[in-house]
Amino acid sequence: MLNIGRETVISYAFIERNFNLLKRYLNWEILFFSYSIVNALTIGLIMVGRGSSQDVLYLVIGALIWGFLSIMMREVSDAITWERWEGTIEYTFMAPIYRITHLVGSCLFAILYGLLRTGLVLAIMPFFFGEHIDLGSANWLTMAVTVAVSSLSFIGIGLMAAIFPLLSPEKGQAATGILQSVLLLISGIYYEIEVLPEWLQPLSKISPATYTLRSIRAAMLENASVESQAGNLLLLLIIGIVLIPLGFWVFHLAEKYAKRVGRLKRSG
Amino acid sequence: MVGRKVGQPIYGLTVRDVTKHFHRTKKSDEKLRFHQKIYRLFKREKETIRAVDGISLDVNIGEIYGILGANGSGKSTLIRLISTLLLPDAGSIHVFGDDVVTHSMKVRRVMNRVSVEASFFKRLSSAENLVYAARLYGISSTEAKKRARNILERLGFEAKRMDEEMEQLSRGMQQKVAIARALLTTPMLLLLDEPTTGLDPKSKRDVQTFIEEIRDERNAVIVLTTHDMAEAERLCDRLAIIDNGKFIAEGTVKELIAKAPPQNDTPVTLEDVFIALTGKDLEEEGT
Repeated sequence: MLNIGRETVISYAFIERNFNLLKRYLNWEILFFSYSIVNALTIGLIMVGRGSSQDVLYLVIGALIWGFLSIMMREVSDAITWERWEGTIEYTFMAPIYRITHLVGSCLFAILYGLLRTGLVLAIMPFFFGEHIDLGSANWLTMAVTVAVSSLSFIGIGLMAAIFPLLSPEKGQAATGILQSVLLLISGIYYEIEVLPEWLQPLSKISPATYTLRSIRAAMLENASVESQAGNLLLLLIIGIVLIPLGFWVFHLAEKYAKRVGRLKRSG
Repeated sequence: MVGRKVGQPIYGLTVRDVTKHFHRTKKSDEKLRFHQKIYRLFKREKETIRAVDGISLDVNIGEIYGILGANGSGKSTLIRLISTLLLPDAGSIHVFGDDVVTHSMKVRRVMNRVSVEASFFKRLSSAENLVYAARLYGISSTEAKKRARNILERLGFEAKRMDEEMEQLSRGMQQKVAIARALLTTPMLLLLDEPTTGLDPKSKRDVQTFIEEIRDERNAVIVLTTHDMAEAERLCDRLAIIDNGKFIAEGTVKELIAKAPPQNDTPVTLEDVFIALTGKDLEEEGT
């Protein structure tokens, strides 16, 4: 029987471990953080002098939100890859914990880490863009609600992506990268999905990032309220409610397969 | 308790006719033409490896059971099957009466393992690694550090080095941390998969002495796989010799030695028994 209190305490082990790793690899973190800033800047600067401040913000939002959603999607998968490389996955799988506890711990870390990194990048943006971006009409509540609801879908995708490194750390990272790049292409991160070839547009409609970007842009550019985005938010919630259990189930099947064919070991 | 008839004794560990096969892509030594290589890419030939082939064993509470075998003989696969990391193709494994497949969570609570590879997050300190491992068993950080310090000091590991990154520690010290990780959770079944392989003589002696202490202090079940004949003789109450996934002999050291052909001048050793029964030399095959 699942003891929620005990499992919550145990899931903290993964959060603490990942923050400890983050501290130890601080040089890499500084590099990734700098890259996120430069990426958002270079993309936003494309529009400076060519379009309005709204156009600049349109692109900056794309860069920031894609950065956040990418962290949501990659972090669980990266944690599994890391454990496979270090060989600790056998010890995690041998521990008396439910897989849901393990994965929820990794997901909570992804949310905290994603918020921290994206928040810092967002805070820095006004220093570079000055009057070229105007956050005066932003509806922060709508943005926060959209980020919270869309995180569910991306965690679901992240759980499914985590099966790739579980089965093969080398090929798994590449597979996660391919999935991520397809979402980047189809989800209207830096453009409206209508500019995509018609045959690609149906795919955009099933990507949660499409609705996330739509609502966040409406909130930041047009001061849209939570109520006005109810349709998008409901859709995101439904995608999340479907994808999270599906992600756990797919991961469970992959774990069973790995235990059947002997894919968990590093050596020996 | 699952799968136990009334009146049947409860062993700490019971393994019955366990089999595990793996299917691997067959490697070919022949020189292939380009079109043959392309064809092979799509139609790879598979071969079946019988890693564990119908093994049965019982280990009593308070006993150290040794498994002697060369590299690739199936020792680690058997340990992984017991530790719920592999699913058996056939047969059953029970730990204190509980099936490892159907009651895996219950089994995991009472079991831990030390493997030949001390797998850790190399950039984290031993304290951070141990606290993480202990938390997975519901042990608090303070308690974990207290227990870890105690175990590591008994193993001859200076507690002040607990905050050093794992990659700064020698192989022997890392293996001592691996032993501490397993013992932090006070397991009733301890699986030691070549715990002293590659260690310097002092570390090896420290670890062996500690295993003896654990046996004397706790009524635990210990399964030890090894290449090292002297270690097997020193530590194990009973031994099995494994070759090509099968147990080819089982008994006390005395019983096994009796199975080897007598020699004229020198006394028969466990190594003589191993060579006589498997036709292999552990030193050549193994470490």
